[in-house]
Amino acid sequence: MTVYKYPKPLSSEITPKNVFLNRRSFMKAAGVASATALTGGLAINTSNAMTTPWELSKSEYSISDEPNPIEDIKSYNNFYEFGTGKGDPAANAGALTTNPWNIKIDGLTNKPGELDIDDLISKFDLEERIYRLRCVEAWSMVIPWVGIPLRDVINAYDPQGSAKYVSFETLVRPEEMVGQRRFGGLDWPYVEGLRMDEAMHPLTILAVGIYGEAMPNQNGAPVRLVVPWKYGFKSIKSIVRMSFTEEEPPTTWNILAPREYGFYSNVNPNVDHPRWSQKAERIVGSGIFAKKRDTEMFNGYADEVSSLYDGMDLAKFY
Amino acid sequence: MAQHKAWTFLPSWLIYPLGIVPGVWLFYRAVQNQLGPDPVKVLENGLGEYALQFLIAGLAISPLMRFAKINLIKYRRALGLIGFFYVVAHFTVYIVLDMQFNWQEIITDIIKRPYITIGVSAFLLLLPLALTSNNLSIRKLGAAGWNKLHLIVYPAVILGAVHYVMIKKTWALEPLIYLATALLLISLRRFYHLAKRKKRVAA
Repeated sequence: MTVYKYPKPLSSEITPKNVFLNRRSFMKAAGVASATALTGGLAINTSNAMTTPWELSKSEYSISDEPNPIEDIKSYNNFYEFGTGKGDPAANAGALTTNPWNIKIDGLTNKPGELDIDDLISKFDLEERIYRLRCVEAWSMVIPWVGIPLRDVINAYDPQGSAKYVSFETLVRPEEMVGQRRFGGLDWPYVEGLRMDEAMHPLTILAVGIYGEAMPNQNGAPVRLVVPWKYGFKSIKSIVRMSFTEEEPPTTWNILAPREYGFYSNVNPNVDHPRWSQKAERIVGSGIFAKKRDTEMFNGYADEVSSLYDGMDLAKFY
Repeated sequence: MAQHKAWTFLPSWLIYPLGIVPGVWLFYRAVQNQLGPDPVKVLENGLGEYALQFLIAGLAISPLMRFAKINLIKYRRALGLIGFFYVVAHFTVYIVLDMQFNWQEIITDIIKRPYITIGVSAFLLLLPLALTSNNLSIRKLGAAGWNKLHLIVYPAVILGAVHYVMIKKTWALEPLIYLATALLLISLRRFYHLAKRKKRVAA
């Protein structure tokens, strides 16, 4: 089978890094200047890289579908740390402090360390990635993420050859995350994981924003994973730890209901969830009479990712 | 038994138009696209919750009479029928708006998905009760026979609540409260039936 491969030049081949960085510092300086003008010279905190505008490059990997309006994206969330209702995260996530924020990087790496969110945003190249998010609950929406290819970050932390998987962990802070204080049925912290080749795939990103703005808290601020060919729950939110491991790491929904949620959880219209069909999806924001959309294999990314699973029985490794 | 007029000043027929107001309002907002980004689910789940609320309210009538001496029996038929109306509306939204008449998928769902099998069973159990909720049927079946038939409401409501518990991805509090309330209201009957029997034995 021939698989079409996108031309993938390194971003450094397109634009020299220093030019990029200079452009960004120019933009920042301009931002400071205009902000200073607006506030009449009052001191404001300019050290925060989460403050936009950011320099974004477009991506070959973006889909051409019209993204959902920001209101849909911010008001319809599954983020059980803030409650199990779809509107709970929007109502409760305002309490979350997202700066300062550190991601601990450990496990089988030659350079374990702490990655500060401001460093993540300022030291890596940001891209816009317009992806369809397909939830395991059989709905989807189109989201213009701002993110960094995860492989850029992984490469910077030099994993050892024995590292076969990457595991991720969400913040546990019950004082700010009301769902962690309530009866909800999940074990905290929320944990997720990818096989190393999935993590290194250019489609996989660490997202830090939506619509060119810093990530709204209810969508997983300040930094979350986005793996567009997998069901949404694989794309873990508000990440505080990333570890390189040799064994397949435990994952939250798989622990809760192993028959319903597998480690891989690739979008697959041919493998039903035990309680509902995965053949079609409701398009969020399209009203009550809209026709459902046929779900695509690997959420439409079959050309890019199916080779990762060559020879695997996807009904068994769901 | 003393009739507390304060509780029963409304004519029972008024329960019907009042009872469907929340459902009509929900449907209106769905059509107006005011139920957020995923209105089909909000409508479907909302109608299902109304169904359970009215059916459970119907189950509360008899314990209220026994333990609180509040007699609302004249409203019970209306509560039950409105509950059934919401079951039908919930099922209709599932078929028309959620599954979009994809009969193959609907039949697969009913056979293969236990929570849907259970939900449909509850609907089928309620069907004969709704059809016999009229004075003519009581006369035809006889009071004893009619009462016996309508005991089916207990398993039907429990199955409805179990259906709600099962659709959630985790153990959610709200559906468990519905299930616990239904079980409590039904088990209370056991107590006063036992008490009655004891009294009879003593006498």
